[in-house]
Amino acid sequence: MEILVCARRVPDTSENEIELNSAGNDIERDELVYSINEPDNYAVEEALQIVARVGGNVTVVTVGGEDDEEILRREMAMGVQHGVLISDEAFTRSDGRGLATILKAYVQKGRYDLILTGVQAEDGGAQVGGMVAAMLDYPFASLVNSIEVLDGKKLKVSREIAGGNKEMNEIDLPCVLSIQTGINEPRYVGMRGIRQVASLPIPTFDASELGVDPGSVGESAAKVKRVDYFVPTLGKGAEMLQGSREENVDKVFELVAAKGGL
Amino acid sequence: MMVGLQSPEQATYWLIQGRVLFLIIHLLGVACFAYIVAKRLTPLLRGERDLRFDQPLARLGRVAKFWLGQWKHPRYRFAGIIHIFIFAGFILLATRAFALILGIADTVALPAIVGHIYDIIKDYATTIVFLCMVVVAIRRLVFQPARYAVPPKYGRAHTADAIFLLGLIAILMAADSLFAASKAAFQAQQGQTADFLAVLSLPWLLKLALISTSLSTLQNLYLGAFLAHDLTFFFLLCYRPFGIQFHVETSLFNVYFAKLDREILKPVRWGVSDEHLDQVKSFGVKTFEDFTWKHMLDFYSCADCGRCSDNCPANAVGRPLSPRFISIKARDYAFQHYPMFGSSTNGKPLIGNLYSEDEIWSCTTCGACEAECPLLVEYIDKIVDLRRGMIDDGKVPQTLQKPLKALESRGNPYGKMEKKKADWAKVKEFQQTCEVKILDGKREADTLYFVDSITAYDDRMQSIERATARILNHVGENFGILGGAERDSGHEVRRFGEETLFMALRDHNVDAIKASGVQRIVTADPHAYNALKHDYKDVPPVEHISEVIAEEVKGGKIKFNPVENKDSVYTYHDPCYLGRHNQVYDDPRDVLDAIPGLKRVEMKRSRDRSFCCGGGGLMLFYEPKEEQRMGVTRVKMAAEAGATVIVTACPFCMVNIEDAIKVAGLEGKMTAIDLAELVDQQIAREVEVGPNSRSKNLISCHPDPELVEGEGSAVLLGLVNTADSSSLRSSE
Repeated sequence: MEILVCARRVPDTSENEIELNSAGNDIERDELVYSINEPDNYAVEEALQIVARVGGNVTVVTVGGEDDEEILRREMAMGVQHGVLISDEAFTRSDGRGLATILKAYVQKGRYDLILTGVQAEDGGAQVGGMVAAMLDYPFASLVNSIEVLDGKKLKVSREIAGGNKEMNEIDLPCVLSIQTGINEPRYVGMRGIRQVASLPIPTFDASELGVDPGSVGESAAKVKRVDYFVPTLGKGAEMLQGSREENVDKVFELVAAKGGL
Repeated sequence: MMVGLQSPEQATYWLIQGRVLFLIIHLLGVACFAYIVAKRLTPLLRGERDLRFDQPLARLGRVAKFWLGQWKHPRYRFAGIIHIFIFAGFILLATRAFALILGIADTVALPAIVGHIYDIIKDYATTIVFLCMVVVAIRRLVFQPARYAVPPKYGRAHTADAIFLLGLIAILMAADSLFAASKAAFQAQQGQTADFLAVLSLPWLLKLALISTSLSTLQNLYLGAFLAHDLTFFFLLCYRPFGIQFHVETSLFNVYFAKLDREILKPVRWGVSDEHLDQVKSFGVKTFEDFTWKHMLDFYSCADCGRCSDNCPANAVGRPLSPRFISIKARDYAFQHYPMFGSSTNGKPLIGNLYSEDEIWSCTTCGACEAECPLLVEYIDKIVDLRRGMIDDGKVPQTLQKPLKALESRGNPYGKMEKKKADWAKVKEFQQTCEVKILDGKREADTLYFVDSITAYDDRMQSIERATARILNHVGENFGILGGAERDSGHEVRRFGEETLFMALRDHNVDAIKASGVQRIVTADPHAYNALKHDYKDVPPVEHISEVIAEEVKGGKIKFNPVENKDSVYTYHDPCYLGRHNQVYDDPRDVLDAIPGLKRVEMKRSRDRSFCCGGGGLMLFYEPKEEQRMGVTRVKMAAEAGATVIVTACPFCMVNIEDAIKVAGLEGKMTAIDLAELVDQQIAREVEVGPNSRSKNLISCHPDPELVEGEGSAVLLGLVNTADSSSLRSSE
C-alpha cells in the first residue's frame, strides 16, 4: 500500500513558553523550538505499522520552508521511505483551503492508496484533511483511532465519538483519514537515527512543478485571515484547603461530589 | 595370616582391572568435561568484545580478595560463613582429589610431616564440608530462606537441583572418608600401623564403626568407596556446567575478569571511539550475542544465591525486575540455544522474548545488586546495554519520549527555556545577600557550581540551590554558575541508553566548562557529580557539596548553631550516586555529627546497603508498575529506625522522599531536608551576635521561606502526588 502522510512542523507546546509579540498579532517566535505536530507523528507511526503488515511505502509531505526539513528527517529516521518538501514563496500564509489546494496537487502527481493527516495541527483548525478529501473526491473519516486493512480495497476504521465511544466504519480506498492521538505508541527517534538519514535526499517541489496557480494560494488568496492573537486572562487559581487532614479529605469529597465526580 | 590391602589400581572390578577401569573413567570424564566446556564457550566466542586483559596485578589482587578471600560472603552472616567453610574445604580437598585421581594410589609425594599435617586438615575439611552439606540441605528444605524462592513467572523452584548437587558433594565427602576409614580399619585389624585419622573427623568416626567389620568387607568398602568417589567426582565435574554450580569452575575467571572501574559505564562498543560510533550499525544489546563474552560469563557464574534481588529496591516494591533472573534467564537461554548436541540457534530478539520492556526500564541503576554479588556479576552495564538496544529500536515508553525530546531541543527534560536556568539566583531577597556570578565569558571564578536541571528549574529544589550558593559564599569561595549555557549533565540520559544524546549534552557542557576557565567544580546533585567525575573527560576535578562542607567544618570555617528542636531524631539517607557509586559515606555523617545537639540514628539499610528512593533524572518520568513506591518503603525504614528527619544530599532523593512521606501518611511525623539546606540553616554566621538575635536584614540570608510549607498546600500536594507525581513533574 502506498501511503502519504501530511505532516506539519509546529512550536512544541511542552517546550516553549508561548508569549505574544509586541505587535500582538502573533506569538514571539525568536526562541521557540519546533517539532512535528504530535497527531501527525501518530499518523506516521500508523502508516509504518500498516506497511509493516501489508507491505508498501510511506511518504511524508510537508508544506513549508527549509527549516521544515527537520521534521521530515525525524520521520525518515522512524522508517519512512520518502520525505517530500513542498516549498514556494507563493505558499506563504496560505489558509486551510490554500494548503489543501497545494496538497491535492501533490497527491495527484503520485498514486497513493491512503492519505493520512493528524487529527489537527496544534496551531491549526483540523480542516485540511477534510478539504483535501473533498477536492480529490475521496472518502474521508476523521478522528480515526484504529485501522484494519480488509482486502486491499477497503479499510475498517474506528472513529472516536463523544463520550469515549467508538464507531466502526468501512471505507473504500483511496481515502483520506485524520488520525487521533493514542491510536498507537509512536516509536522513539533519537539524534542517532536522525543523523543516519541526514544525507538522504529530500525532493522539493514548487508551485510550477505541482501545477498550482500561485494566485489560488498564499496570503492573497486566503479567505480566512488572522486578525488578532491573545492569551486569555487567567481565571481564579486553585483553592487551597486550610483545615486538618480529615477536614480536607471531607471537603475534597464534597467538592468532587458537587462537580458530579462521585 | 597377614593380608595386604589391595589398592584400587591392583583390584579387579567386574573382570576389569582397576588400572584400566580408572584410566577409562578419567579419560572419559576429562573428555566429556572438555567437550561440555567447549560447547559452553561457543556463545562467548560469538559475543561482543570486552577488553579485560589489562592490569593483571590489580586483577590478581581482586582474586585474592573476592575469590580466595570470599570478601562479600559474610554480608549474609550465616550463609556466608557456611560458604567460606565449603569453599575452604573444596580448596583443600582439590589437592587430595587430584592426588587420588592422578596417582590412583593414596601416596602423596610430600615430606612426611607435611603429608601428616595435610592428612589431618583433609580429614577435618571432609568432615566440615559434609556437615555443611547437611546444614545447607536442612536450611533449604526446612527453613527455606525467602531469597531462594522462585516466583511462578520465572518457572519452577530450583530446590531439587540444589539438593541434588548438595547430595552429590555429600556423597563425595562420604566416599572420601569411607576410603580412608576402611583402609585404617583394615590396617588396625591387621595389627599394622594404621593411617592416622584426625580425632572426631568423619573418617575417624567411620573407622570406629568399621573396626570389627570383616577384612573382605573392608576391602570391598575400600574399593567401592574409591569407585564411588571417582564416579561422583567426574559426574559432578560434568554436571556442574548445567546448573547453578557452574560457578565452582567459572568464579575464578569471573572475578579475575571483573570490571576494575565500576563507575565507568561500559562504552557502546569496546574499542570504538566516540567519533566512530556513527559507523556502528546497531547500538546496544538486542540479541544474546550482543552481550560481551564477559557478560555471558557472568550468566554462567551466577550462583543463584538471590542476594542481588534481595537487595534490589525494584524487586522489593514489586516492579517486574529481579536481577537474579536477568542472569538465570540469560543462562537458561544460552543453555537452550547452544545445546550440547546439534547446532546453535541465535538471533532472536531478547526484548519481548526473554526480557520485557518494563523489566529493563524498572532498574534505577542504584547498584545495590552489584554491591552485594559475591561473584562480582555486573548488572548496570547490561541494563544500560539493553536500553541502548531499545532506544535504537525506538522502543521507548511515551512518558520518556517527551523529556528526551526536550533534552534534545532545550537541554533539560522539562522543556524549560534555557534563559530561565539562572532565574533561581535572581530572586531579589536572595540576590541582596548572596550574589551568584554567571560565568558568561565576561566574569570569571575559581569554582563552578554545576547546578543541573532539576535543581535549577524545580521550585522546591531551588532551595537546595540557594542553600548551596550561600554555603559557598560563607566559606569565601569565588564561584559562579554557567546559567543558560549549562545543559543537563545527561547522567540519566546515558543510563537510559540514549548515548548519542548524552554525548551531545556532554560535549556542550565540556566546552562551556572549559570556556569558563574554572579550576574546580562543585555540585549538590550526586547524579551530576557522578557524570562529571566518571562520564566526562578533561574537566576540572569535581566535588560534591557534602565533601566541601566536611572539609570546611574540619578547617573551622563552618561552625554550627545547636539544633533548635531537641526532640528531632535525624537519619541520613545515602543517595546511590554519592554513596554506593562514589563511596562518599562519611563526609555527610561527619557534618551531621558536627552540629551540636543533633541526634542521629542509622537505618538498617545504610551506606552500601542504602535503599534507593526511587531513582532520579528520567526515572521521575517513568511510570513503573509497582505495588508500592520505593520512597515509601524507604521512609518506613526511617520511621522504624526512630527518625523524624531524613537528611539526604540529592535533589531526586528529596522529590521521592518528600512525596513518599505524604503517601505513607507520615506527614507531621517526618520531614526531609537536604544536607545543604540543613547546614545553611545551622551555620553560625559571624555577624550574628547570638543564636536568637539575628539582625533583620540577615534573615534573607537564611533558609528559604518556602521550605516551611503551608499546611494547606502540603495536603493538596500530597493528594496530587498520591495520584501520580511523575506526571505532575513532567507537566511542570
